[in-house]
Amino acid sequence: MLSKKNLKLLIDPINKNNPITVQVLGICSALAVTVKMKPAFVMALSVIFVVGISNFIISLLRNGIPKRIRIIVQLVVIASLVIIVDQFLKAYVFDVSKQLSVFVGLIITNCIVMGRLEAFAMANSPGKSFLDGIGNGAGYGAILIIVSFFRELFGSGTIWNYRVVPQSWYEAGYSNNGLMILPPMALIIVGIIIWVQRSKNRDLIEKN
Amino acid sequence: MNFLRKTLDKVKPNFEKGGKFYFLHSTFDAMETFLFVPNKVTRTGAHIRDFMDMKRNMIVVFIALLPALFFGIWNTGYHHFLSIGEDPTFWGNVLYGLKKIIPLYIVVYAVGGAIEVAFAQIRKHEVNEGLFVTGMLIPLIVPADIPLWMLAIATAFAILIGKEIFGGTGMNILNPALTARAFLFFAYPAWMSGDKVWISGMMSGENIIDGFSGATLLSQAAAGSTNFVNGLGESLSVSDMFWGFIPGSVGETSVAAILIGAFILIITGVGSWKIMLSTLIGGITMGLLLNILEVNPYMALPWYEHLLLGGFAFGLVFMATDPVTAAQTERGKYIYGFLIGFLAILIRVLNPAYPEGMMLAILLMNVFAPLIDYMVIQSNIKKRIKRLQKINS
Repeated sequence: MLSKKNLKLLIDPINKNNPITVQVLGICSALAVTVKMKPAFVMALSVIFVVGISNFIISLLRNGIPKRIRIIVQLVVIASLVIIVDQFLKAYVFDVSKQLSVFVGLIITNCIVMGRLEAFAMANSPGKSFLDGIGNGAGYGAILIIVSFFRELFGSGTIWNYRVVPQSWYEAGYSNNGLMILPPMALIIVGIIIWVQRSKNRDLIEKN
Repeated sequence: MNFLRKTLDKVKPNFEKGGKFYFLHSTFDAMETFLFVPNKVTRTGAHIRDFMDMKRNMIVVFIALLPALFFGIWNTGYHHFLSIGEDPTFWGNVLYGLKKIIPLYIVVYAVGGAIEVAFAQIRKHEVNEGLFVTGMLIPLIVPADIPLWMLAIATAFAILIGKEIFGGTGMNILNPALTARAFLFFAYPAWMSGDKVWISGMMSGENIIDGFSGATLLSQAAAGSTNFVNGLGESLSVSDMFWGFIPGSVGETSVAAILIGAFILIITGVGSWKIMLSTLIGGITMGLLLNILEVNPYMALPWYEHLLLGGFAFGLVFMATDPVTAAQTERGKYIYGFLIGFLAILIRVLNPAYPEGMMLAILLMNVFAPLIDYMVIQSNIKKRIKRLQKINS
């Protein structure tokens, strides 16, 4: 269905060109929404939606957008999409929407969205842009889910709100790691992912 | 000594290239250089040779820590028996303290050592001696009752994230021992703060006599009472604080024992007296400033009592002077130390969430140390350029 080149657009951002661990974009929301897996997953889906669709729309419009006002045009598109997502979440998953609070709205300022529009959608066909957007959103989402998995498991003893650390452990003296709930630990986990990724893909290591 | 040398020489070929234990060569190397000054000689360039290599440096710190450790062992037992209302004997205290503290050391050195050796093998460098002092420090800055598995995780975190990620001993930004403590403090606050953890045996709660309070002096002060009392409600004098008959982390209570350590560090030149002095001045300055403002009883606490309480003295002598994480320039050391003392007392008195500020102050200044050095060097460069322009014009 997909040619090799198109598949590369989709797969590359998940690993070798990951927006968080390689391009180091969108870190702030990765720290904020990864305490629990469920909000992280919803956030991932929202970002995939916004990046994919906005890439597609901007790519359609790319030849008609005057160069000098392109940022504001991009912002209008992104903002409309984010509002759609926000309203959708409020309507169907209100509790998650409350947990994500301001961070759904802040997708507008997520550097990944802007970055992909500027770097890719403004210069490529709509089909390709759409795939690139989905790929980058998925790369962002993958990191979010990995980070939130560890934070929820060690910080709350649950996965997707199901208790996995048995009560008997707590009675035996085990206790949840409070640092996992705090944002610095998300940064450290992202750092460890970067470490693991780069020791596997040596060509990602920056020369200095 | 001769016997040791001969044994080492006998087994050495096994660990050299081609020997059957070559994969353990860095471990062997660590043992050998630990026992004897290495005989490797640099072949090019001019070098000053001195027997004070890093391992000898570390051993001096180790010796300097011993008085605090011995007092901590005794104090752990003393407060335990005080809390259960028994009349403590000297040896009873020591035995109880040993029973509590030896497991801490076994865990720290086993976990830390395993990680250190594993990294030495993978990254093909020597086993670093940094762990020696880090491992000695960690049990001294935690409550004696800390669960061993928490200590193991904290040690692993400190060695991995605090040190190995940056490239091992000598490359770390943060003091590894304090990283371990910060990890424990934020991850398991129930075991690192409050009024129960500082007295050994109080968390399990057996046989505690009625009305006994395990509050440290700092938490008493934070609660607004500066007439310090011990667990039984008897008042404590300044000399009690100085000698260390107060609850707290294992090694931090006795200023007297810490002063012996400070003396050893300064005499041998291993610890920087500049940092110690400026930290002291920083603490005194903040203490006096608070005395002047004086809006609550805690602020009125005399400045000299601040120096005797909590981890101030211990951090000042053993943590702030860590040569790796402190400022390197001589003028920078004064700024670095002053700000540690200043911030430690500031956090302690004004932030109700943290009864003790020494750990956070030192970690914060660890982060700023390279910046301070940069500033000092740049200002020196500017000064010299100005001098040059003056001569030229």
